Amino acid sequence: MAKQLMKGNEAIAKAAIVAGCRAYFGYPITPQNELCEYMAKYMRSSGGVFVQAESEVAAINMVYGAAASGALSMTSSSSPGIALKQEGISYCAGAELPALIVSVSRGGPGLGGILPSQGDYNQATRGGGNGDYHVPVFAPASIQEAASLVRKGLIVAAKYRNPVMVLADGVIGQMMEPVELDPNPIDIEAFPWAADGNSGVRPRNIVNSLHLDVDDLENHNKHLQAKYRAIEENETMWEEYKMDDAEYMFVAYGTPSRITKSAVDELRSEGVKVGLLRPISLWPFPYEVIHRFSKKMKFIFVAELSSGQMLVDVKLAVGYDTPVHFYGRMGGNIFEPLELVAEFKKHQEVLGQ
Amino acid sequence: MTTTVFKKTRGLTDVPFTYCPGCTHGIIHRLVAEVLEELELLDTAVGIASVGCSVMSYEFFNCDMIQAAHGRAPAVATGVKRTHPDKTVFTYQGDGDMASIGAAEIVHAAHRSENITVIFVNNAIYGMTGGQMAPTTLPGHVTTTSPFGRDTTLQGEPIRMSEMLSTIPGSYYIERVTVIDPVSVRKAKTAIKKAFQAQKDKKGFSMIEVLSTCNVGWGVTPLDALKQIKNDMIPYYPLGVYKDKGANQ
Amino acid sequence: MRGIVTFDENRCKGCGLCVNVCPVHILELDQTKVNAIGYHPSHAFAPEKCIACASCALMCPDVVITVERVDQ
Repeated sequence: MAKQLMKGNEAIAKAAIVAGCRAYFGYPITPQNELCEYMAKYMRSSGGVFVQAESEVAAINMVYGAAASGALSMTSSSSPGIALKQEGISYCAGAELPALIVSVSRGGPGLGGILPSQGDYNQATRGGGNGDYHVPVFAPASIQEAASLVRKGLIVAAKYRNPVMVLADGVIGQMMEPVELDPNPIDIEAFPWAADGNSGVRPRNIVNSLHLDVDDLENHNKHLQAKYRAIEENETMWEEYKMDDAEYMFVAYGTPSRITKSAVDELRSEGVKVGLLRPISLWPFPYEVIHRFSKKMKFIFVAELSSGQMLVDVKLAVGYDTPVHFYGRMGGNIFEPLELVAEFKKHQEVLGQ
Repeated sequence: MTTTVFKKTRGLTDVPFTYCPGCTHGIIHRLVAEVLEELELLDTAVGIASVGCSVMSYEFFNCDMIQAAHGRAPAVATGVKRTHPDKTVFTYQGDGDMASIGAAEIVHAAHRSENITVIFVNNAIYGMTGGQMAPTTLPGHVTTTSPFGRDTTLQGEPIRMSEMLSTIPGSYYIERVTVIDPVSVRKAKTAIKKAFQAQKDKKGFSMIEVLSTCNVGWGVTPLDALKQIKNDMIPYYPLGVYKDKGANQ
Repeated sequence: MRGIVTFDENRCKGCGLCVNVCPVHILELDQTKVNAIGYHPSHAFAPEKCIACASCALMCPDVVITVERVDQ
């Protein structure tokens, strides 16, 4: 497809339709409204289903129904709405249903604000629903990447029969950038397990997450855990930027990682050997590569639009042998490159560099 | 030579029901299963089990089944029906599931006139969890969470779901029935058949409310529970057709 | 009109709804027997009087009753 200048929300919606998503259930919430609106306009003409649900709770349960009956389906929302969907996401994980959940995050907690934030890292990666489950979370830093991660998200969801999240911050939702979409729908085999109303021609199918027998439920959980190990093995994604000779390392994700790149470039121009490691999959988190790099670093600098949530995973990856510093902005404020450079230098001075 | 007058429908699996002795859930299951078989919908049906005593219905109905989160069956059914419009989609829900936590979902499924059939079993209590008060619990009735009897000044008057949902333009067919004797059982089956026929004819949202017993939760014998429906519930929840859009055409 | 009523004995929960509704009063819970799930199962103590009306089967919550009509 030709390159197009698109708003993030719309690019995400179009990417999903083109990839083969056949059912979208949404609910209005800033800053992702244009995603619903795009789906309302174009899903039906693409042979798909669009429903504006009465709530985010209903929307995720519509996704559950569509997925349970074999349709590749999706919902989207923003932070408070994603909070409402957590039970449904846990059910999708328990019943092993392929579904894509797009979160365009805004400031919190509570009603919070409508400007970008990364305060939902824990909600996304630690799972807000009940039980031992994981949802692969992919965090785009550009509109192009958002479109390709939507496609990948649908593929991973179908491949592993699991809900998948694309966690975009409000900037991605609202910004316009050129994007080129892969025109080919993803090829996923049919879902033989689906409860699609064909019990006349095959043994009846049941989609369910209830297992009252303790051994059944434990075995089911072991099966899920094996799936998560496989996802960790195969689907972990990150980007290394100017890391080859780096002595310091920034860690940032989403659009803030692009601001961090500018800080890296600025410091590099001043002769500081610094690089950026950008997690693209937040779960599974790239612990191993961060750990490997951390041994060679004088210190690590985590930058987030939050009070420091990915920070915890970075510390887990690094351990205690390398200092991990943090700088964050909240409420919808976004740090600037020179702001990061100044903060970075404070820690350098402490080191006597 | 003999001819069979009554035998178990193919619409039920051979898994024994998990309901308490005398619980009329079992009769209602059988009626739904018989109607699915008789209207030749069974093999293309997708049933949505809710959460409550009937959560295990995915083991009992002999068709594809999906178990939904508490209160969300109408939303799950919407997801199924919208993506599979040629399939017969029904939900089987209790009063705790549908009149309490799932009130928004049922209102909006009716509001959108989803072409689904809802079997709403009203036994005026939360059975599975041990007999707590439900939105449909009758005034003055003692339950484990209305130990002094339901006080309508504090806990409100019970909700009449059929009446409420019939005011929604999108609802096509709504009837309240019961299953306390052979006559009412036959009427209930006729109503259920009408609802599924409405779906088959793509007419939109249909719901059958069935007044049902909970002898354990009510603390009475199975027989007295049937009397309790007759003496206490029917006066508060009158039987009858509350919406029949097709009638005045 | 002569009928034959049979019970899937080990699935009866002894709730008594059939006993109550039989118009010719030929059903009772068999106090001499305890079935596989621990209940006194219902049975016809005067089966020859059965009129094949199937009221019992209509009221059985566990669908354990089958009714046949003997053709003259």
